Amino acid sequence: MLVLIGVLVVVVGFATRRPPLLVIAVAGIVTGLLGQAFPVGQPVRLAGVLGRLAPMKILAAFGNGFASSRAVTVFVITLPVIGLLERYGLQEQGRRLIAKAAGLTTGRFLALYMLFRQVSAAVGLLGIGGPAQAVRPLVAPMAEGAAERRHGPLPEKVSERVKSFAASADTVGLFFGEDIFLAVGSILLITGYVNATYHTQLEPLSLALWAIPTAVCAFLIHGWRLLRLDNWLSRELGAAPVTREPAPVGGPGPAYEDAPADESARAVTGGADADSKGAHR
Amino acid sequence: MIRAEWFFWLVGAVFLVMAVQMAFDRTNPKRYTTAAFWGLLGAAFIYSTWVLTKKASPELLGAGVLVMAGLGGFGLTGRGRVDTTTREQRLASARRYGSRLFIPALTIPVVAVLCATVVKNITINGRPILEPKQETILGLGIGTIVALVVAMVMLRERRVATPLHDGRGMLEAIGWAALLPQLLATLGVLFTVAGVGTVIGRLSGHVLPDDKYIAVGVYCLGMALFTVVMGNAFAAFPVMTAAIGWPVLVQQGHGNPVVVLAVGMLAGFCGTLTTPMAANFNIVPAALLELKDQYGPIKAQIPTAIPLLACNIAIMSIFAF
Repeated sequence: MLVLIGVLVVVVGFATRRPPLLVIAVAGIVTGLLGQAFPVGQPVRLAGVLGRLAPMKILAAFGNGFASSRAVTVFVITLPVIGLLERYGLQEQGRRLIAKAAGLTTGRFLALYMLFRQVSAAVGLLGIGGPAQAVRPLVAPMAEGAAERRHGPLPEKVSERVKSFAASADTVGLFFGEDIFLAVGSILLITGYVNATYHTQLEPLSLALWAIPTAVCAFLIHGWRLLRLDNWLSRELGAAPVTREPAPVGGPGPAYEDAPADESARAVTGGADADSKGAHR
Repeated sequence: MIRAEWFFWLVGAVFLVMAVQMAFDRTNPKRYTTAAFWGLLGAAFIYSTWVLTKKASPELLGAGVLVMAGLGGFGLTGRGRVDTTTREQRLASARRYGSRLFIPALTIPVVAVLCATVVKNITINGRPILEPKQETILGLGIGTIVALVVAMVMLRERRVATPLHDGRGMLEAIGWAALLPQLLATLGVLFTVAGVGTVIGRLSGHVLPDDKYIAVGVYCLGMALFTVVMGNAFAAFPVMTAAIGWPVLVQQGHGNPVVVLAVGMLAGFCGTLTTPMAANFNIVPAALLELKDQYGPIKAQIPTAIPLLACNIAIMSIFAF
């Protein structure tokens, strides 16, 4: 039973926001010490405890665990390619594509954005969307703009809800798209963990394929709720006279195309922007 | 035969080169400790080859891993200001290349899938080209190299240092979090060696009725709840898998491990949608959008997360057994 203290360390450590790497290191050491001291199924003999603590064995377990789970970190090899493409405007091109959807209703636009986010994440392009890169400069203003076009100026409550749904479209699209890409942290964590721990050989590709059913469900459920947002807007704001401006001809309006990449927003979030690219889920 | 270990050496070498770039980057206030973190990771990647063949000491590697955890955990890694293009230049370049920019990025998954399905079966003199069971990982490496060549030709970029430089910038932005998944996988090994799974399995054997569908529900709900508490599905995964996923669902219930584990992780993601503990996904966007209600995005996500969790339980129940 004492060996479960390691699990407790992980739960409490993450819940109280201690530095994750230290939490894991401490949990591993504690588990190793207690696991060594009180082997499963043997009576506890306190007299023998000190003699059983074997720091070298714990170090060896860390070393062997690391060596056999290296596949988890190989996603890093793709960064030079993505970085080079971003130098040449990959994110900007993503924003230009999104801006072409100007003219849709709020709900339809957000559902389409979510699909775009899911598909791009599924082929490994995690940096195309994101709260700082896309939602704040582009997706939220476009969603609000679409609502204003139909209903006039938005009260604060409505504006808050539209922006919240814009953020949710991005997050849901990312979470349930990226797992279809075989070189993403969560897939590699599963294969790395299971192959190292239980000495099996699971293929990342098959795991990625089994993420597809849930991805479809996520798109249907959240997409339906995004479309319902149009009904909610109509109810909340009444069928305000729709003074439809002529639809923009010839592609994106310059206002959206040149939406600022929001360097200030990036500075505000600091590392958070980074996390969305990489490992944390 | 192309071996997976060669690919790990390549990744290690990339880390080492980037570490050298970091050490010379004066804009990074913590450049030496940052370089030490990534350099150590690169060296550990290569050294591991001989640990696996039992020709090198695993204790030394374990000590190195703990040093890395310390460097990252005590906030000694930082980032510099990587020289790159301005926003105007990027916009001009995006106008020029248009959606062709996506081609190299798409090359990576296409080549990886080809390697895992077609190249896998190609043999020379009766020996497979790719090391068996490692085709996808190798495909990722081959796909990345092909994509890099495609990108450099398309963009007329002659210097190999440029993509390495840009990749280094992204790696510094991710920071120590890049090591988190692998360290969690390592922790899972320690849990298993120490018998955590056996203990929890025995406990849950007393509590759980002998029904694999109830166990599916417990595994998925547990993934979601642990994720809500910890704010991170990656951390919940080793705990719940050592306890229920592997011993109860895969070993006792003979569930298909691929379905159980893939869907289990996604059940955890449903928890991520609902928790303020996952601040960078749920609270930071609210701040960026200047919302009055910082829980606005979570409120928009909860009604999706709950039915989606039910979907995951259904998918696992139907397809795993």
